[in-house]
Amino acid sequence: MEQNKLSMVVFSGDMDRLMAAFIIATGAAASGMEVTMFFTFWGLQAIKKSEKTGKSFFGKLLGFMLKDINGVGPSKMNFGGIGRWMFKKMMKAKNVAMLDQLRNMAIELGVKLVPCQMSMEVMELTQDKLIPQVSQPAGVATFLEEARNSKITLFI
Amino acid sequence: MTEQVKVDLVLDLKGLLCPMPIVKLSQAIKDLPVGAVIEGIATDPGVMADVPAWAKTSGQELISIEQRDKEYRFLIKKVK
Repeated sequence: MEQNKLSMVVFSGDMDRLMAAFIIATGAAASGMEVTMFFTFWGLQAIKKSEKTGKSFFGKLLGFMLKDINGVGPSKMNFGGIGRWMFKKMMKAKNVAMLDQLRNMAIELGVKLVPCQMSMEVMELTQDKLIPQVSQPAGVATFLEEARNSKITLFI
Repeated sequence: MTEQVKVDLVLDLKGLLCPMPIVKLSQAIKDLPVGAVIEGIATDPGVMADVPAWAKTSGQELISIEQRDKEYRFLIKKVK
């Protein structure tokens, strides 16, 4: 049965796309909707701690490249981190909520943050490397179960 | 017209941008009893569209919304 729910796949690890994802999630939760965000692949950076990850050679290499929510850069004009710095400065000047603040707000509003188990395996991210507020890792069946009961579904 | 409504809580939303005005509004309304009225004062022009939309989605009643100089003032009544 369709419920007043929003389910979102967060695939991207770009700062700008993550902002959109968390703004929609907090807005929906503030409007009384039940919200679930599924984090997969690059999106996992949004719920990752600022710690080195990986076991194998490639896993460690990837762990070196993966950022946390404060380290992700915009999808365009990052220029090796200058873009991220510039956007943060501009957002602060205009008093726009930062990504980490938006994530805190989402958690406060009861948004469910679900990590994708398969991407965690591939990227060699264990649950202790994710922020403690995340739910039990899950897979596609869990997302589909949520999505088919949702009024809104998004892929970001 | 708006003078006749008894305001239970004044919410200062000045300087906040999307999505914070509606996030703060939803948090403030949670702690109030049904029937209570919130007056919001914002500077983000986006609230002119977003507060009425929020009222529809969340099922609360928008009594009025207006622009006064560079401020946007609205009255929301908690109905559920």
